[in-house]
Amino acid sequence: MLNLVVCVKAVPAPSIAAKLKIDPATKSLPRLDIPLVINPLDNHALEAALQLKKKSGAHITVICMGPPPAGNIVRECLALGADKGILLTDSAFAGADAYATAYTLAKAIEKNGSVDVVFCGMASSDGATEWVGPEIAIFLNMPVVTMVREIVEDQGDEWIVKADFEHGYRKVKLKLPAVITVTRNLNQPKPLSFSGILKARSKEITEWNHEKLGIPVERIGLKGSPTYVTEMAHLESRRKVEMLEGTLQEKVERLVQILSDVGVV
Amino acid sequence: MVEKRISVFVIAEQGEGGIQPVSLQLIGKARQLADKLGSKVGALLLGQNLANVAQEVVEAGADLVFQGDSDSLVPYQAELYTEIIVTLMVEHRPEILLIGSTFMGRELAPLIAAKLEAGLTAHCIDLIINNEGILEQKIPAYGGMITIVCPEKRPQMATVANGVFPNPVLDSTRSGEIISMDVPEGFQLRAQTLEIVVEKSEGVSLESASVIVAGGAGAGDHDGWHQIAELADALNAGFGSTRPAVDAGWTELETMIGQSGKMVNPEVYIGVGLSGELQHMVGVVAAKIMIAINNDAKAPVFEQVDYGVVEDCRVFVPALVKTLKNNKAYAGRATHVN
Repeated sequence: MLNLVVCVKAVPAPSIAAKLKIDPATKSLPRLDIPLVINPLDNHALEAALQLKKKSGAHITVICMGPPPAGNIVRECLALGADKGILLTDSAFAGADAYATAYTLAKAIEKNGSVDVVFCGMASSDGATEWVGPEIAIFLNMPVVTMVREIVEDQGDEWIVKADFEHGYRKVKLKLPAVITVTRNLNQPKPLSFSGILKARSKEITEWNHEKLGIPVERIGLKGSPTYVTEMAHLESRRKVEMLEGTLQEKVERLVQILSDVGVV
Repeated sequence: MVEKRISVFVIAEQGEGGIQPVSLQLIGKARQLADKLGSKVGALLLGQNLANVAQEVVEAGADLVFQGDSDSLVPYQAELYTEIIVTLMVEHRPEILLIGSTFMGRELAPLIAAKLEAGLTAHCIDLIINNEGILEQKIPAYGGMITIVCPEKRPQMATVANGVFPNPVLDSTRSGEIISMDVPEGFQLRAQTLEIVVEKSEGVSLESASVIVAGGAGAGDHDGWHQIAELADALNAGFGSTRPAVDAGWTELETMIGQSGKMVNPEVYIGVGLSGELQHMVGVVAAKIMIAINNDAKAPVFEQVDYGVVEDCRVFVPALVKTLKNNKAYAGRATHVN
């Protein structure tokens, strides 16, 4: 049976986070309690694992690094069909960049035991970096294929996958154990079911801090991060807007006139 | 005289029709950064039949081109490329390594960074050497600009999308040194690229479009998205998107405009049902005329455009398309009569 690990990130709900703006006065973000949701692409990573479980049988461990409320995200993954949930939570993990995050996740994957495939979303909605999956692969000394859109062959220990590439895709033969980062085209995640939620209620969520993982504080959180933010600047636009007035049709006519003046129509 | 070191490296990527434009743009930028540091620019070129490409890299501003020319390097193989690049980086210990945000670059960059234990910033839109000689890496976020630094670990690594920096003027009188690198033989690939397949894309290409219509979350659903597509059609415009539209499944990642997508340069840009997130807007700021349609008068997009329309795009866009079509039909009749 396949041992699968899915790395998930709890991110501020994108629709609300999109409204966060740097305060020009304090040059920092206002403190707001934004509900955490599963990073949308990680849903596709979990779905990939769930489909394999259904097809060939697999044990799925979900690992999430985040503050204690991120436990709800792990619980959600259990409700969707994951077998084991691990929450990596520790104030010492705070401020981690992609490098320190990948290192911490890799240590947890190692501690969790034997693994055939690690699935990650190809990027996170909040940081928009794409580094965590491939960096985990280096720390675990595994091969990786990023931005996978199709798993063509998933039997045995050599898989064939298709991954997004310039103006098309590439076809890759991948020897397990391996890391795969997924695009949203890979599958269509299923919604939560009531019975799943009930079943997940009784499942235990394992919590590990840096001591449990046996990693020194110098390697994690802000201390273990090569990069950090030094400045947030508010930007002023150079354009002065003219708002079109009137009824809807008047606005349409005015816009057509503007487009006509510049030669578009 | 002390030999100058190579403080700035660029990974130059060989694409379908020669070198990737972003690689040349980064060499141009690296030239500026290296001049500020009083050092040389090194380019790393892996592929096959590279002689002409290497010359172009020199003309764009590189002093040395480290070239790995072998059939084992085509198609792109992540593990082999990583091995060669990491070896060269360990040997030269540069201050800075720049990589294009191509599909290859976005996979290679983190592999190299993790091996070198280096810091890596994604999809920068500006790079500046500060007074301490540290690379300030700028990324747009939360309606402003964030500065990221990597003060201790080396190299300071950054990816940059195509079009962020201008194409350098090629100088055919420049000369540079081309150094052949050994390519490891019999390297065991665990992830082996078997083939790269090019798919045809439909519609007007965003990079060359003089008019671009971009749609966002305000489209609401597939029907709303289709209406915006009709507007793009009626204007013979390129049809771009924002991250939320891609995430909603209405369009492909290839159409995404902005920091981690495409940088475009149209005469006219029309943003429909999008809020004006900087990650998107940085991709279109070069447009001559910018227009936004959004039902929220307070949407930040209205602070960043020349003309604003406060209307629900699902009502306004069909009305606009209808008027455009009527005008066209009228113009057609008029021509016929004359």
